[in-house]
Amino acid sequence: MSVQGWTYLIVGLSFSLYIGIAVWARVSSTKEFYVAGGGVHPIANGMATAADWMSAASFISMAGLISFMGYDGAVYLMGWTGGYVLLALLLAPYLRKFGKFTVPDFIGDRYYSDSARLVAVVCAIFVSFTYVAGQMRGVGIVFSRFLEVDITTGVIIGMALVFFYAVLGGMKGITYTQVAQYCVLIFAYMVPAIFISIMLTGHAVPQFGFGGSLSDGSGYLLDKLDGLNTALGFDAYTSGSKSTADVFAITLALMVGTAGLPHVIVRFFTVPKVRDARKSAGWALLFIAILYTTAPAVASFARVNMISTINGVEGQGTLRAEAPGWISNWEKTGLIKWEDKNGDGRMFYAKDDRNEMTIDRDIMVLANPEIAKLPNWVIGLIAAGGLAAALSTAAGLLLVISASISHDLLKKVVMPNITERQELLYARLAAGVAVCIAGLLGIYPPGFVAQVVAFAFGLAAASFFPVIVLGIFNKRTNTAGAIAGMAAGLVFTAGYIIYFKFMAPELNVPANWWFGISPEGIGSVGMLINFVLAWTVSRVTAPPPEHIQHLVENIRVPRGAGSAVHIAQH
Amino acid sequence: MPMLPRAAEYWRANLKLMAGLLAIWFVVSFGAGILFADTLNSIRFFGFKLGFFFAQQGSIYVFVALIFYYAWRMNRLERELDVHED
Repeated sequence: MSVQGWTYLIVGLSFSLYIGIAVWARVSSTKEFYVAGGGVHPIANGMATAADWMSAASFISMAGLISFMGYDGAVYLMGWTGGYVLLALLLAPYLRKFGKFTVPDFIGDRYYSDSARLVAVVCAIFVSFTYVAGQMRGVGIVFSRFLEVDITTGVIIGMALVFFYAVLGGMKGITYTQVAQYCVLIFAYMVPAIFISIMLTGHAVPQFGFGGSLSDGSGYLLDKLDGLNTALGFDAYTSGSKSTADVFAITLALMVGTAGLPHVIVRFFTVPKVRDARKSAGWALLFIAILYTTAPAVASFARVNMISTINGVEGQGTLRAEAPGWISNWEKTGLIKWEDKNGDGRMFYAKDDRNEMTIDRDIMVLANPEIAKLPNWVIGLIAAGGLAAALSTAAGLLLVISASISHDLLKKVVMPNITERQELLYARLAAGVAVCIAGLLGIYPPGFVAQVVAFAFGLAAASFFPVIVLGIFNKRTNTAGAIAGMAAGLVFTAGYIIYFKFMAPELNVPANWWFGISPEGIGSVGMLINFVLAWTVSRVTAPPPEHIQHLVENIRVPRGAGSAVHIAQH
Repeated sequence: MPMLPRAAEYWRANLKLMAGLLAIWFVVSFGAGILFADTLNSIRFFGFKLGFFFAQQGSIYVFVALIFYYAWRMNRLERELDVHED
């Protein structure tokens, strides 16, 4: 069967599976809609969290990004996994014990203030929309590359699917489709990785191949890469080019941002018990780690492959006429460009002016099956995997937006007298509207989408994380402290990013950064400002009322789940 | 509120355990993977330089182990001090 045929078949099968699950998981109460009734098994929740967390960017772009960054790629690998340790130790069990539906719920109740709740709602909506735009675009791109429909049609198909299971099944529908999507995406990622690892190093486990020797007898893979990189004018693969301060700051901002992202936190509201929240975070990270420890291996394999294909085994350049088929296949899509500058008919890739190639980083994952000469169905699998990664993340984000509007804004502030049935209707409406806006952002991507990813993490790090942690670990933190901390963290982080990314992008070079910290890493400074200010302001103002102190004592202990909310209301 | 005589003891033990685990979390990632990566890179671990290994592989494995250890240890602690659910 042709590549196209396989792709339609596999993508079609995976979509029918998601729709089947959606019909099975219809919901009828707000508790089911927001938190899947709180009855999700910790391992299922771990898988759902992993799919929720790993986006189109993790699946398609990350390995390629690392392949070009070398050591510096560690900021993503550690940054996007280390946050789960913070989640499991500092947040998840206590928020589960608190036992409500959303992050603004916790902030509003713990800080007994609708202003704090509103700040949290605005942050949650902004962070989630920033993120979801990229996902819908990802759906469109996968469709257009693999199924040769245009991006708009692709986005609309994706919207229709997410609309169906998010509006019908809420968190319950999303959770169980995410479990299926995790299985699809991890299988799709691992099959080509394993084959490439065997081809290059003889190891079936890519993580072993990564630290192993090349089958052609030319020594360790990473030593070979270091040699290739330096000979071509790049920094050595294992040493990188960012400053230590910046690597530190970006890693910290991504870790803390991960722990503060509402669509990740809310997944831990769905398990039955406090101990399940901890265990579930472990499972989530294990499932994520399978992809995240494979990605850097794929990155190194792909780079060795690419350089030896383009520059030839002798390093003299490969005649274009003799290049393997995948080069011309991907040249058609514009992801590889060759310009024969010296007119010798040979391709050459280097950092200096010998370079004749323009290579899109996404190629490292997308072209893997062809490079490894795998059968056509594997290419169909990659398409289904990319779509699973994008759709699962989009759905999780849309639910946060919907819950923020129907629950935190309408039910808690604007019209507290609506019945549960009405609230559920508003939740569905909000989810529907959010899907449409996300689709529009995917079809007409604002030029700044790539720029605002730093925003999502920076803002989550500088706003939510410190006030939630203080809310649990420090009884003395009060409304004034929380609002001052969140506001200062947000204004500082947003200001720094806006200045360097939008107002004066020409000044966005290390020499102008404060302490050598790039806009991507500034969220870690915003977080510190938030912590310090929230602490200090709380010391000099009146302590929180007694029932709030009881609430904090209650969420610290697992016994008596559910009673925390009652205490807060008395 | 239910009477939990050992709640304060439980909380202190939790904080102590957390401090230890977060120290390991910091040492493997920010320490071995970033601040001391260059120094550790002179040591070989299979085909890896050790600092690079921690930055792109080792710290992730340690993170997973930390969470499962914490979950296991806390379950035991909760039963010992009679603060567990149900």
